[in-house]
Amino acid sequence: MTKLTGDNIFKCIVAVIAAFAAIILIVNAYVLITGSVRVFSVSGFGFISGRSWNPGASTFGVLPAILGTLITSGIALLVGVPLSLGIAIFIVEMAPRAVRVPFSYLIEMLAAVPSVIYGLWGMFVLRFWVLDYIETPLNTYLGWFPLFSGTPTGYGFLTAGLILAIMIIPTIASVSREVISAVPNSIKEAAYGIGATKGEVIHHWVLSYGRSGIFGAIILGLGRAIGETMAVTMVIGNAAGAKGMPVSLFQPGQTLPSLIAGGFFDSQTPLQSSAYIGAGLVLLVISLLINIAAHVMVTRVLKVKGGAIE
Amino acid sequence: MKTTHILAIALIAIIGTVVTYACLSTAPNTISINAFGATFPQPFLTATIIEYSTIKPNIQINYQGGGSGRGVSGLTNKVIDFACSDAPLTKTQRAAAPDVLHIPETIGAITIAYNIPGIDSGLKLTGPVIADIFFGTIKTWNDPAIVALNPDLTLPARDIVVITRSDGSGTTNWFTKYLSLVSNNWKTHIGANTTVEWKVGISQSGNSAVASTITTTDYAIGYIELSYALENKVPVVAIKNPAGNFISPTLESTTAAAQSLPSPLPLGSDSWEDIAILNTNGDQAYPIVTPTYMLVYKDLSVIPGMTMEKATAIVQYIWYVVHDGQQLASARQYAALPSNLVEINERTLSTITFNGEAVPTH
Repeated sequence: MTKLTGDNIFKCIVAVIAAFAAIILIVNAYVLITGSVRVFSVSGFGFISGRSWNPGASTFGVLPAILGTLITSGIALLVGVPLSLGIAIFIVEMAPRAVRVPFSYLIEMLAAVPSVIYGLWGMFVLRFWVLDYIETPLNTYLGWFPLFSGTPTGYGFLTAGLILAIMIIPTIASVSREVISAVPNSIKEAAYGIGATKGEVIHHWVLSYGRSGIFGAIILGLGRAIGETMAVTMVIGNAAGAKGMPVSLFQPGQTLPSLIAGGFFDSQTPLQSSAYIGAGLVLLVISLLINIAAHVMVTRVLKVKGGAIE
Repeated sequence: MKTTHILAIALIAIIGTVVTYACLSTAPNTISINAFGATFPQPFLTATIIEYSTIKPNIQINYQGGGSGRGVSGLTNKVIDFACSDAPLTKTQRAAAPDVLHIPETIGAITIAYNIPGIDSGLKLTGPVIADIFFGTIKTWNDPAIVALNPDLTLPARDIVVITRSDGSGTTNWFTKYLSLVSNNWKTHIGANTTVEWKVGISQSGNSAVASTITTTDYAIGYIELSYALENKVPVVAIKNPAGNFISPTLESTTAAAQSLPSPLPLGSDSWEDIAILNTNGDQAYPIVTPTYMLVYKDLSVIPGMTMEKATAIVQYIWYVVHDGQQLASARQYAALPSNLVEINERTLSTITFNGEAVPTH
């Protein structure tokens, strides 16, 4: 038996606290699984592949919401990642000292803005920019292309994706900034020593060295984008069911979180409540799959490539 | 961070919490009543709550919107003291929440509001055309069917943006009931309910979100309760009624429709599912008018934390709403309850009990 030293007690306490993280996930999954048994037993796989969401007729299918979640998160990464990396590189490698510190604070403060504020700003400001400067021109000249078809209103996948892009910037930028500033000076100096330009140093050494860390930052941002509820609900147009099946970037749609937030409290039947819980389960599974895939990628793909040292 | 810093922060947090609670905790004799549900009567209800607080300052009524659907499910789960719903309870809902009484509290109109740049008023439509617009078969503002009804207006060749409700809504229930009445296509393919599977458009939660989306979206059309249309200064459609007249939603045309309430009316404990004043025959009656209900348990002791004192406060507030409170209706364009409805409400309210004991109504 080990002695009851201060160290051991501390170890025990920390272990218990750490166990909570696992317990919370398990309890969550348990509640979601037991809660959604009813809808899966009624609809089966049709719950996931179904396109219709009609509480009146008790038909529940979440395919449009799954696709909506993936599309808005995809847009968010596509737009948000380059911006975040640009910000991180600027802060660490280029900004003069007087700018660096306030600018870092500014980026971190963006993360503290509540999502409902982003939602309001999205509804009253961003929506009109997207409508006037992106959707209307694209629809006028390229409306024959399905992605740009439909009636632009500013409510839809594109605006939701863009607001998510803005929301994930602070997460990705501040984590990437830490990763980039952890790159040892000796490596950079060696690179400059062999005649590399600033651009080459950043491209070949800094980003390469921090690759797995930056990837982790992106996954954190993606997690936020997938789960974001309020801001998305306010700008996506909440098109439930078949008409939310994504065809055009400009059409109104729905994501899994916006579906749950929009309707859970109106549930009139146990089956309907179960359907919202089922949507929550699907969301949890998607998040877990993405996280697992990310881990596999970090450990297998990124590390075996030459040059990247953890 | 130094330990002293951490302690200082913890101390500030604790003091802050205690002070906040001390400020929030109300005087011991204050009775707080919580309710939510329909947004359709909310402007009227809010007015009665403000007025009632001057009469009975120790009674605090919190009414949040959230939609009729949320109200009904909140009452079924007994998390609120009473609910409001424009849609009367269905058979299944009555089974899930037995012994819930219907108390019609006011009568309002559902307007078809639009935002067409350059057209500030004067749009006229018929029921079937409205159904086709919301079904998605009429797609543009210059569709021949709309132009034929509005020869004086220059309608733009722009897509119609349909705005609907996303939440479980009594407004949706009555609007889709009206559409089912005037269009067989609607009746067979979409039907009427508090939520339906819309074929087109953007959906928002609550009357006020729909209203603000209409006002901020060019070429939009949507359905909202009359007082929201007036509040947002958004033009509304004159709809052709069965008598053949195009009628704008106003207090007068709402009151005219309310004359056609069926008789005899059910008791508060009965089903109100068949009570509708849609598409009535009056010359000047607006076609989409509905009573809206307060829902309350017949024996209030079923709600956790209920006391006789609180039960009395609830019943007396509702008594006030259906009597003196009615004076506040017309300023917000709701029709005051006709005397036969007030009479039924009086009878209903006098049946409410707490643990089997009658609750004084006034």
